[in-house]
Order: sequence, then C-alpha cells, then structure tokens
Amino acid sequence: MQISHKLLLTGGAALGATGALAAPAQAQTLNLTVNIPRLSVAEYHRPYVAIWVEKEGAAPRTLSVWYDYDMKNGEGTKWLRDVRQWWRASGRTMQFPADGITGATRAPGDQKVAFTAGKGPLGQLGPGNYTLVVEAAREVGGREVVRLPFAWPPKPGAVVRVKGASELGAVSLSFGK
Amino acid sequence: MKARLLIAGALAALTMSGTAQAHRQWMLPSSTVLSGTDNWVTVDAAISNDLFYFEHHPMRTDSITVTQPDGSAGKVENAATGKYRSTFDVHLTQPGTYRIASVSAGLMGSYMLNGKRERLPRGTTKETLAKAIPAGATDVQTAEAASRNEIFVTLGAPTANLFKPTGVGLEMVPVTHPNDLVSGESATFQFLLDGKPASGLKVTVIPGGIRYRDALGQMDLTTGADGKLSITWPQPGMYWLNASTGGGEGGPGAAQGEGAPQAPQEPAGPPQRRASYVSTLEVLAP
Repeated sequence: MQISHKLLLTGGAALGATGALAAPAQAQTLNLTVNIPRLSVAEYHRPYVAIWVEKEGAAPRTLSVWYDYDMKNGEGTKWLRDVRQWWRASGRTMQFPADGITGATRAPGDQKVAFTAGKGPLGQLGPGNYTLVVEAAREVGGREVVRLPFAWPPKPGAVVRVKGASELGAVSLSFGK
Repeated sequence: MKARLLIAGALAALTMSGTAQAHRQWMLPSSTVLSGTDNWVTVDAAISNDLFYFEHHPMRTDSITVTQPDGSAGKVENAATGKYRSTFDVHLTQPGTYRIASVSAGLMGSYMLNGKRERLPRGTTKETLAKAIPAGATDVQTAEAASRNEIFVTLGAPTANLFKPTGVGLEMVPVTHPNDLVSGESATFQFLLDGKPASGLKVTVIPGGIRYRDALGQMDLTTGADGKLSITWPQPGMYWLNASTGGGEGGPGAAQGEGAPQAPQEPAGPPQRRASYVSTLEVLAP
C-alpha cells in the first residue's frame, strides 16, 4: 500500500514546544499536491478522494472529499462508503454535501489544494504530531490510502513526500504562510 | 402420516437450531455498511451446507421482520422464493442501524396417543397448544424453543438503540457494533439466554467461501461467566455465527432421520428448553 515515505521532520514534543515558543504560527498553510495517475483501463472513472487529518486522541477532521456531488438525488453519496478507511474514521458521521469540504472529482494529473490553519475544515492546529491521510477509491477500480505524518508547527522548508502504488501517484505536503 | 410428522419434526429442529445436522440457515445482505440518505439492501436467505451458497432449501420469508433505526417496523419488499433461496429487499431511508430478523418462540414436545408417542406439530405455541393436542392424548411433554436469526445493516453512522434485549431466547448484545468489524481487529459480543448472561455458551464462527477451500476454518468459542466472548477476525469477508443451547444429542427434539429405529421412540427424559442464535457478520478490510 504505502511503498515509501520520507519524513523530513523530526517529530516529538521538543519540536512542538520550541516551535511554539520561538515562532508562534509562522506556517499557517498546508499545501498538498495529490497526483492522480493516468490509467490505461477499459472503463475509467475519476476516483473518489478523501483527505483528512488525524491526531492521536482527537477526532479526525475531514478536509476534502471529491466525489460525484452533482448527481440527481444525491446518488453520488451512495459510493462514499467505498472510501472505506475515511468512511469509518470520519465520513459516516458527516452530512453531505459538506460545506467547504465537498468538491468535484478531479482529473488525472497533479491536483493542488491548500488548507489554512484556523480557517475552514482544518481549524486550529495545536502543537503536536499529526497525520494527513489521502485515500482514493475508483469505480470499477481499486483503492489506495497513503499517510503523511507531520509535526505542527513545522520546521521551515519541511516537506513530506509519499508515493502511491496504484490509485495514487506522488503525494507531497509542504507548509506556507 | 408418520413420515410427514417426522419430516415436520426434522424441519422444526432445523429451523429451531440452525445447526441441526449439517444444514445452516443464513441471511446474506448485499451490503452492511452503506452511505447516502436513501439506499437499499437486498438479502439472500437460504438453508444450505456450504456458506454462503444456495444449494439446498430456501429460507421462508414470511416471518422476517425489519426494525428501523428509530425502532419502528420497516418492510420486507420484493420477496421471492425460488428452489434454493429466497431473496428480498429492504429500503433504507433513516440513518442508523437496521435489524432484519426471523424470530420464533414456540413449543416442542410430544404426547402419547393410542400407545404411540407423537410430536407436536411445527409452529405450536403456548396459545395453540390446547388445539394441537388431540382428545385422548396423555403424557404431554413440552419445552419452549426460541430461535433468532438476525442481521444488521447500517446507513451512515452505526446506532445501538436496537440492541436492547427482549429477554426471550438467545440474544446477542454487541459490545463491538456488528457493522464496525475490521479484519485484524478484535470484536466483543455478549450473549444472553432469556435476558441473563449465557455463560459457557459454545459459539461457532465460520468464514464464508467454503466451496473454494479445503479447511472449514471454523472458530469454536465459549462465552465467559459474563456471557461475553471476543473474536479476532483473521480476514475480511462474511462470517456465519451460530450458537445453540439445550436439546443436546439424542435428546428430545434432536433430528431423527428416516433410518432411525422404529421401535420405542420414547425420549429419554422430558424435553429440554432450546434456544438458538444465528447471524451473518461482515468484516471489512482495514
């Protein structure tokens, strides 16, 4: 599932503490690039993708769900459960469409999306260790989940990279102001 | 006449215990974890040897009930019974957990008539007992038999308000929600007999897909003093869970085949209280 991931951050309480003391909230934005691979298959549908943040001991926060939100009678929600780790972690307690979270499915290629701390679905991020999770499930296709651990606040220039094997390509997380 | 009664008895035993001989009664839902606000499940219901293949008898649908998340009665729709299986649909319009169940509570037993012991017909209840016994019958022996075959499906987030026990027969009270099962994780369920913890209850769990493997893969579990047991799911898939109590081997109500000795059919003792529980549980991949 997760072939490799390179964690360029040193995690732990020390980082959180010094980060919080030295430069409170310098970085405010998570910049995420999700590559949706171009697949040579007989029947292709763009994947449903869920993006969420986990922190030990806290409820997961869903940041984005890309699905067929514009089908009549909300029929696109019938397949949300196929994004099964997200469905269990967070999706099944949500209402759809979800304001600021629901989005259209995206085409193959690099898809960029940003989340700002203190705003929208990301909300406030206290110092600590988090995991950003990206899960993709494709109609008549497969499913894949990748996990990107990061510490908050991040070190300047930190980047977390993971490469998917099947339904996701390269996924990277960087931090901006 | 005699043959008919024997068959009726065998059928009753089958329905009651779910495990009588090798036959297994089951309901198999198309999904157990669903999203959206308006969805359907379709259910196959059969009595078979292998799980979950319809190969022997359909399960009757007339006693199947649906309980919606708010406790109100739902509907069995599009029910059809074929040679080997029944099928029906349930429309899910409320968020939460639904119960689809076939529950019966009847009387098993026998009486002496003209020097022969005759079984009570299938479907006899406390209310119909008087009518079921012909004039002149003596030495009437009865025991209650309760059976429950139930499955759960959930639209949206799982809810637990349907898990209040009725206090009749064998019941499962989930500690782990039955629609929140994941391979590699452990799940805990409590079993009650007539509302009290069923301690020392033997529970069998068998993964589906029997036809395509050599080993049955059966897990034999026993409840603790509190009626609880834990199962760690070895792989994703559908699992058949069964427990029964009372009416042990050779006891009254134990299925008797055509080849059973004709001579004295007298049971060894008074009939025993019987109760059985069957469920189909879906375990998802992590």
